[in-house]
Amino acid sequence: MTSTVELPVNKGESGETAARGPRRRAAGRIRRVGLPYLLLLPALILELLVHLVPMVIGIVMSFKELTQFYIRDWGAAPWAGLDNFRVSVDFDAPVGEALLHSFFVTIAFTLLSVGLCWLIGTTAAICMQDTFRGRGLLRALFLVPYALPVYAAVITWVFMFQHDNGLVNHVLHDQLGLTDKPSFWLIGDNSFIALLVVSVWKGWPFAFLIVMAGLQNIPRELYEAAALDGAGMWQQIRRITLPSLSAVNQVLILVLFLWTFNDFNTPYVLFGKSAPEAADLISVHIYQASFVTWNFGTGSAMSVLLLLFLLLVTGVYLALTSRGRRASRA
Amino acid sequence: MRSIRAAAVGAVTMSLALAASACGGGSSTEGGSNDSPKTLTYWASNQGASVEIDKKVLQPELDKFKKQTGIEVKVEVVPWSDLLNRILTAATSGQGPDVLNIGNTWSASLQATGALLPWDAKNFEAIGGKDRFVDSALGSTGAEGKDPAAVPLYSMAYALYYNKKMFADAGIAQPPATWAEFVEDGKKLSKGGKWALGVEGANPSENIHHAVVFAKQHGGDFFTADGKPDFTNDGAVAGVKEFVDLMAKNKVIAPGNAEYAQNQSVSDFAKGKTAMLLWQSASANLKSQGMSEDSFGIAPVPVQSGTPGTGTGVNSMVMGINMAVFKNSDNLDGAKKFVKFMTSDAEQKILNTAYSSIPPVKDAQSDAAFNTAANGVLKNTLATSAVAAPQVADESQFETAVGTAIKGLFADAAAGRAVTTESVKAALEKAQAQMPAA
Repeated sequence: MTSTVELPVNKGESGETAARGPRRRAAGRIRRVGLPYLLLLPALILELLVHLVPMVIGIVMSFKELTQFYIRDWGAAPWAGLDNFRVSVDFDAPVGEALLHSFFVTIAFTLLSVGLCWLIGTTAAICMQDTFRGRGLLRALFLVPYALPVYAAVITWVFMFQHDNGLVNHVLHDQLGLTDKPSFWLIGDNSFIALLVVSVWKGWPFAFLIVMAGLQNIPRELYEAAALDGAGMWQQIRRITLPSLSAVNQVLILVLFLWTFNDFNTPYVLFGKSAPEAADLISVHIYQASFVTWNFGTGSAMSVLLLLFLLLVTGVYLALTSRGRRASRA
Repeated sequence: MRSIRAAAVGAVTMSLALAASACGGGSSTEGGSNDSPKTLTYWASNQGASVEIDKKVLQPELDKFKKQTGIEVKVEVVPWSDLLNRILTAATSGQGPDVLNIGNTWSASLQATGALLPWDAKNFEAIGGKDRFVDSALGSTGAEGKDPAAVPLYSMAYALYYNKKMFADAGIAQPPATWAEFVEDGKKLSKGGKWALGVEGANPSENIHHAVVFAKQHGGDFFTADGKPDFTNDGAVAGVKEFVDLMAKNKVIAPGNAEYAQNQSVSDFAKGKTAMLLWQSASANLKSQGMSEDSFGIAPVPVQSGTPGTGTGVNSMVMGINMAVFKNSDNLDGAKKFVKFMTSDAEQKILNTAYSSIPPVKDAQSDAAFNTAANGVLKNTLATSAVAAPQVADESQFETAVGTAIKGLFADAAAGRAVTTESVKAALEKAQAQMPAA
């Protein structure tokens, strides 16, 4: 392979070389400035192919009347204008009403799941801060739910939640006598609790991992000084640990929020393609609209609405947290 | 400097390769061809107790086909839970198998995608003619007035499987013929931790199979004659209520069945936990779960009164598997040869015996192997008292919408909440509102 990149060569002080000097310097500058972009090119093209192109296709589909009749040649599907969006947000009609219900279920689920994941993860990380015998083993054990394949982990929960032979009812009803009769966890209202339990079980180790990493950056001297000043454990956590973790927590909570809000695997493996009403998360709801009822146009419109909502939440969150950071610096 | 140049050249090369590979995919042969005459890919639906059992049944037959024609068939047995989505993806991308099995209730829905080869007179001629097939099976191959989208492969019908010993212990001499008798017998059988009937309450497809039959028995249909959803007519509501009432009011189904969706009811029956099972072609499955053939009997599914037959005597849907050819196949002639092979009299006898189903091919059906007492019930049901699934493009959506509504009603029954005509109607109303054509 021959290279086309010219290297600067000192050709003496002839008039011709002097005249080409500035041009060569300019070319060198372009090469220097352009090189990083050139190196970024594979990543940019991948981003384009993996994210942007499907996103644009999804947006185009949301304006089309796309059903099974046009699935082989979706470009030929008739334009629907804003109809798919109108149907999705008509909260008095069944499709919109179901979407709104699913949205509220998802919000409640996300807030509870993220809150509990953060609380358990942070508590566990703080408890693991000091060295003690068996700390390494405990840390490894804590990360097991995060390391397990989602499908295998959730299907095990399905077995445990079964009404007749499940471990959960065996413990709660047969052994502890906490319930009058065995409860249903995979159908009816309790399905929300089942979903939340599984989500927190597999989500908190991530919070634990991130908070634990954040804790490594807090100088031990701060705690020693605080202890000398008479600060108790709770005061140390409130005045030193939590403020020092603020930047880590901002990213952690945002990531947990986005993952939990869009979680598809957990509800799908727990309940299949038709989740009980109480646990009808928006990800499965949109999947159902698109791939079960084959109403791809409406499903795409719902996805676009969800994307806009998440962009809005992320934008507001980032604006608020960056304002908080500026205020604390001032 | 040299390393920077190398990195830059590498980056550009990789980008071009990525762009080229992205542009290169997705080319498909519109309308099919014979570009690969020596191979075929085949998606077989999971018929046996497991995917492995299916492979053992099919592979010797595929080897036989290769010996006869020189065409190698690469088979993939696809579980039911994945099959419809896999077909849908194949239809979208144009990159599917050459030949595939479809549930016969999906025929009209998949026909609407235009991805399957229409079986016009010429194509039927290539496999020996349309007349070779039983009429009831042909009724589930696509919308009326259009060329079928598939060819019948295995036929099945619902029957009442009953545990002879449990019946004898409860002092019941013969299986119930009407629902009134069924409930009466069911109450005698539902004692001491054992129950009369097992159902898959959380499986939408299973639910609608029963709902269609119960609705028919009450003179109702879920679609109007011109194919519009009509889920809340009196017959449909009464039918669904009667089905759910077997758990809610009559208490002959264990409440735990409300969350069954993985064929647990078949296992319960095989283990003697339930005395009856409404199932299609369950014999092979029950035997593979250790239940001896003489320990269970097979009877027609009960009706409201009288004997099974047409009209309100309907007691099953025409169930079964159809074989379709993907329009984009690179071996259309080979695919038709393969369909001809699989629907030949000899193969029909082998395959339907292995899956305890009934051949939809007339000559094979008359074989002595399918004239046993058990098969007689299924054959008779198919011939006289089974109806085709609604052959409308929205059938797949109907299965999900109505099946999910019934799943919710079973959840209510299991939780001890009242299931009333109003609550059934409200659930069906909601299901209908979710239909695209509503």
